[in-house]
Amino acid sequence: MTAILGQGSVLVALVFALWGIVAPVLAAQTKRETLLASARAAIGVQFAMVTGAALLLIYALVTTDFSIKYVAFNTTRATPIYYRVTGLWGALEGSLVLWEWILVIFAALVASIYRDRHRDLMPWVLAIFSVVSAFFLGVIAFASNPFEQISPVPADGRGLNPLLEDANMLTHPPLLYTGFVGLTVPYAFAMAALITGRLDEAWIVTTRRWTIIAWFFLTMGNLVGAWWSYHVLGWGGYWAWDPVENAAFMPWLPATAFLHSIQVQEHRRMLKVWNLSLIILAFSLTIFGTFLTRSGILSSIHAFSSGPVGAFFLAFLALVLIGSFGLLAWRSDRLRAQPQLDSLLSRESAFLLNNVVLVSALFTILLGTIFPLVSEAVTGVQVSVGAPYFNSVAAPLFLLMVFLMGVGPMIAWRRASWDNLRRNFLWPASAALALGIALFVWGVRDFLPLLGFTLLAFVVFTILFDVTLAVRARRRIACEGLFSALATLARRNQRRYGGLVVHLGVVLIVMGIAGSMSYSTEREATLAVGDTLRISKYHVLFEGLRGSQQPTHYRVEGLFRLFNASHDLGVVAPALKFFPNHQSPVGRAVRRGTLAEDVYLILSGFSELKENRATLKVLVRPLIVWIWLGGAVVALGTLLAIWPFRRRVTVEA
Amino acid sequence: MRGRRLAITLGVLAPLLGLLAYGFYRDPRYIPSPLLGKPAPDFRLVTFDGKEIRLAELRGQVVFLNFWSSWCPPCRAEAQDLEAAWRALKDDSVVFLGVAIQDRKENALAFLREFDVTYPNGMDTGDIAISFGVWGIPETFFINRDGVISYKHVGTLGPGLLAAKIDEAGRNIVSAREGKGSYQSIR
Repeated sequence: MTAILGQGSVLVALVFALWGIVAPVLAAQTKRETLLASARAAIGVQFAMVTGAALLLIYALVTTDFSIKYVAFNTTRATPIYYRVTGLWGALEGSLVLWEWILVIFAALVASIYRDRHRDLMPWVLAIFSVVSAFFLGVIAFASNPFEQISPVPADGRGLNPLLEDANMLTHPPLLYTGFVGLTVPYAFAMAALITGRLDEAWIVTTRRWTIIAWFFLTMGNLVGAWWSYHVLGWGGYWAWDPVENAAFMPWLPATAFLHSIQVQEHRRMLKVWNLSLIILAFSLTIFGTFLTRSGILSSIHAFSSGPVGAFFLAFLALVLIGSFGLLAWRSDRLRAQPQLDSLLSRESAFLLNNVVLVSALFTILLGTIFPLVSEAVTGVQVSVGAPYFNSVAAPLFLLMVFLMGVGPMIAWRRASWDNLRRNFLWPASAALALGIALFVWGVRDFLPLLGFTLLAFVVFTILFDVTLAVRARRRIACEGLFSALATLARRNQRRYGGLVVHLGVVLIVMGIAGSMSYSTEREATLAVGDTLRISKYHVLFEGLRGSQQPTHYRVEGLFRLFNASHDLGVVAPALKFFPNHQSPVGRAVRRGTLAEDVYLILSGFSELKENRATLKVLVRPLIVWIWLGGAVVALGTLLAIWPFRRRVTVEA
Repeated sequence: MRGRRLAITLGVLAPLLGLLAYGFYRDPRYIPSPLLGKPAPDFRLVTFDGKEIRLAELRGQVVFLNFWSSWCPPCRAEAQDLEAAWRALKDDSVVFLGVAIQDRKENALAFLREFDVTYPNGMDTGDIAISFGVWGIPETFFINRDGVISYKHVGTLGPGLLAAKIDEAGRNIVSAREGKGSYQSIR
């Protein structure tokens, strides 16, 4: 029954998605209000039907209705209820339902918020949403049906991949999907602007906030993924440049570039073609990412089981790329006659350079990701591209980006005078240089980390310096205290200060990455009870093994007493978990950390329990916690930038 | 002007999309083995009935070496064919060896009972599969009388191909390419 209802909702939604494509096109041509209203209604019906289908699938998962194949493959009777719910996005078919669900939620929000605005653009915006929605519904209905039934009905299900039974499963996929799907909003407006030829700044002003929201979810999705990888997967790293990680990161680059370059278009009416290209690129990359994960053309730990959906996604990707860039090429004569750059020393050129860096990073990562394909197509030999390539090409680009993060927000628009440069940068640059020299004297001698930390300090000092000047002025003019001055500044110019806080967060993240990449140490040894492993100032005493039967698996823990110098940090118990239906064990690493460094213990193997020998791997990773703290600061900054404060400014003035 | 821009756009996008489409025709997990035509790495296998077999002691006989696991569907699919081939060939100085990897002993034994497997089988202690570079199961190596790997097959093996490759190994013919059937990746 659930299966039939679910399938029915998907088909009804698909019919309305198709009407949602036709009706707005007719509405735009005939200017008939009823047609536009019916296009909006089509979005509403899609929202209702897809929500229904998603809830039905969740209901089937929660009630372990094993007559549905997807449920039988992704839950068991022993699965706790929250992992039954997360089973919705635990495998291919359900993950597409989640995607489509988020898409229709965005579509419904846009349709209702802009009910009375953007009368020229809206029909096309709704049509684009329906095109994307129709594609996903088509795949769900015909290529990867989550409501497919099996008979005979199995007595118990197979269960989720044990790696996915983790609290982060509640957050990482939905965050990432929301980020991916959120980019449909600016894309739909950009397409509407191209189709109607209304290529002024309206679509950019309207979608700016939406883009920030999508960017926020994308950033958080990637960071939570890194956190999950580091805290749970138990290999001691947080980023492996796996094709699918790259696929999740790549849209972030043009989205970030876009958030900066739209400011140039708002202020100077430049870069119109560029901005359209960036948003098309960002949206296409979200589809490309879905294609990569679901087609199985590249080997990846994240890959879903491959099936016929790969070809559908490739066809849709072709439609999006050729359709969008084709339209852009066709319209490009209307996008001419832009003002030129006045000077290389200006905010617009700093933003332009930032864009060049981000897009270069995008193409180097894209090249590395698909290089195995290129090489096999050209030479017939399969080559894999690993972390060393990505690290060595990405590090210099990201350092340049950090430098521009210091320059961009402070340099003047149009043409920076020497006076402006001296006033904004003399102190921060000198202070950063002094800090760099201090680090060198202190013992940081490697070039990249030294340059990195100096540049990070430069960004922090420019921000502190700028805020200090502004607060001082405010206190003088309005006689406010320090905190109320800060609050007024932030509220009156929330985009700017939100952005600066985000920059501070990014500085912390880069600091964590630089520290953990440049100064990590690790040791591995097989220990008998009573043996000690020493690494930097830690030593680890092996006290024994302990096996226990858990509800879903058998667990073997290694008991280790951890000392920092002679200070006893207590017993830690990294473990290996054996799930009955899966071949290799799942590790549970243990981490003890401070703001300065993490010590990370992995049980990599053990002998028979009675022999009491364990193989232990210990990593010491400096500064890594700042990646997560930086993520929190980015979140705060984003909130500050988009929080709908009441506008009291006019009253005060 | 417009036409030219459209043409350039297509010219850039078409090869990229073509490349991605080409991706459907290849297997990203596939690892070509450097072992074909090389001496097989020696190993010691303790069979489930407690006998110890060393590969080096089997010189002079053709060895059929099969890596499998009880949870692997393609291994189940070929199990009957392998046993049938063994019963037909066991008098022709051919040795069949099965090595269960990434498996539990009781599951492996149940599998052997289910398919009534009579040729010697044992559990990998961890290094046999690694020294043969096994990455997808079932994976099968044909070793000729001189101890050289004459053919390697990843995935299910049909009875015809099996007999042909045993015959080739007996005549010291080394295949130029590996074969592939449906397999379960273990990486």
